[in-house]
Amino acid sequence: MELHEQIFQYIISGLTLGTIYAVIALGFNIIHNATGIVNFVQAEFVTLGGMLMYSFYSLLKIPLPFSFLLSTAAVTVIGALIERGPIRMAKSKAIIILVFITIGISSTLRGTALLVWGPDNMPIPSFSGEKVIRIFGAALLPQHLWIFAITIGVVIFLQYFFHRTLTGKAMRAVSANRRAASLAGINVNRMILLSFAMSGGLGAVGGMIIAPISTTSYDTGVMLSLKGFAAAILGGYGNSTGAILGGLILGVLESLGAGLISSKFKNAFAFLILLLVLFLKPSGLLGHGEAERV
Amino acid sequence: MGRRSGCSMFFGKKQNLFLIILALLIILIPVFVKNKYYFTVMNVIGLNTIVVVGLNLLIGFAGQISLGHAAFYGMGAYLSAILTTTYHFPPWPTMVIAMLATGVVAYFVGYPSLKLRGHYLVMATLGFNIIVNIFMVELDNITGGPSGFPGIPPLSIGKLTFDNDYKNFYLIWTFAFFSILVSLNLVNSRVGRALKAIHGSEVAANTLGVNTDHYKTKVFVLSAIFASLSGSLYAHYLTFVSPRSFDFYYSIQVVTMVIVGGMGSIWGAFFGAGLLTVLSEILHVAEKYNIIVYGTLLTLVLVFLPEGFLVGLYRFYQKRKTKALIEGEQRLIS
Repeated sequence: MELHEQIFQYIISGLTLGTIYAVIALGFNIIHNATGIVNFVQAEFVTLGGMLMYSFYSLLKIPLPFSFLLSTAAVTVIGALIERGPIRMAKSKAIIILVFITIGISSTLRGTALLVWGPDNMPIPSFSGEKVIRIFGAALLPQHLWIFAITIGVVIFLQYFFHRTLTGKAMRAVSANRRAASLAGINVNRMILLSFAMSGGLGAVGGMIIAPISTTSYDTGVMLSLKGFAAAILGGYGNSTGAILGGLILGVLESLGAGLISSKFKNAFAFLILLLVLFLKPSGLLGHGEAERV
Repeated sequence: MGRRSGCSMFFGKKQNLFLIILALLIILIPVFVKNKYYFTVMNVIGLNTIVVVGLNLLIGFAGQISLGHAAFYGMGAYLSAILTTTYHFPPWPTMVIAMLATGVVAYFVGYPSLKLRGHYLVMATLGFNIIVNIFMVELDNITGGPSGFPGIPPLSIGKLTFDNDYKNFYLIWTFAFFSILVSLNLVNSRVGRALKAIHGSEVAANTLGVNTDHYKTKVFVLSAIFASLSGSLYAHYLTFVSPRSFDFYYSIQVVTMVIVGGMGSIWGAFFGAGLLTVLSEILHVAEKYNIIVYGTLLTLVLVFLPEGFLVGLYRFYQKRKTKALIEGEQRLIS
């Protein structure tokens, strides 16, 4: 393959990964905007999406669209339960305590996933065949197209939800000013519940669409979601356009770095970028300067 | 802050007594305990105590959380391992070199992120931890890669070589004892009061002339140096290191120890290290359930006893005592 073809190939696979990071980053943002915390359970949302998809689609042979919806619904409910249970019951609402509660829940769920599905990587068949499509010399799988299409669908849905529906607007109001929102008659707790549920659903979608390419196991979500988190920081934490941009840039840089520099350090690139952003421009690419220096 | 006055009430006046009891325990335990396995567990507790006591200074007093202490612990371990084994450096000076090197690295990680408001240190240290771990695995010609680095020489003083669990018990616990002593002194010093002020209100502390960035960075570097010291001891004790011991799950574990013990209570940190190390050992029998129990415990303690196990239970006991007193009074009146 010529160099420019190779680079093109890297960019394609980078964009694929990047869209996954973007979906996960959006999940981080929704909870961050509602509560101000970093939700480490995001990793398990991604894992559970993939593993439930495996159970429903590969084991129980439930048709694809239903498996997809069932898994999304299940993880959405799990997200809601996490908020309704430990997060709401917590005696201290200090951010740092809530963050570590999510770390605790994340360990519990990861352990449970290990018990239920075991430690092995599980394959999931592609949504529609394996026939390679060639574009300018780069190889593209149908699954790549599914990933792009579903991500675009998710982004359009979120855009519509947050800007056109009353509930979405109420959620934005809560993130802008919780007390004012509450005074305006918005049920803040319900909005937080909704943010956990949506985050769960988003994580699950991310985990399901990447699974046919990367296989899925009880801890696939960990690395993916940490990188999604790096993407959220890169784009400007809390900013949804930033999350998408951050995800795509991170995916492409990682893929180019792994391909052209060294594949050994593939996983290190995302975190090097994370550190550089934190040190040089902590508000991220599109942040509003919330991370002011003191 | 109110919640810390609880623990200082609990431990404040009796601090010297507790120190003497701890010293006596360290001297006497080997007289009574003969089981080699118990020594291994106690040594691991000692190593964890050093890390956790340092980390507790950062979390409890500077109000900042690090998810990168496994990396600093690992840097101590790997620097000691590589320099003494491959390059035949003398072990003791190497330990100091490792501590200094780790301190410098911690400064460069901590300083930029501590200048920012919010919890940026968590993210920066988490990223840093993952990068360091990847380097441990991938630089295999220097670090031995994923299979680890064997053949590290044990420490020795003169003719005394610390080459078994029993001798290492004294070595590790001497360091653990002094790390507790240093932290207690630090907390009760000018620096400690500055740190408490920062935890209470950063803005107020700043207005009163406390250079908050400066203190936070200092305590972060200090806690990294504690971790590095513990890492070096670990390397010379086990004579083998591998990357898996230093991934970010270990960072989460040590933070859990601090939180379960009670943030800001040094004795609580010691207690947390002991409790969770023993718990992990017991759970090793049922390895499958290890991470579930760990996670559930962390969640439950945080949800119901956010001040930590020790302080939380003490508060509960106090409340009941007060309630009993009130009821007694009421009975007297009626």
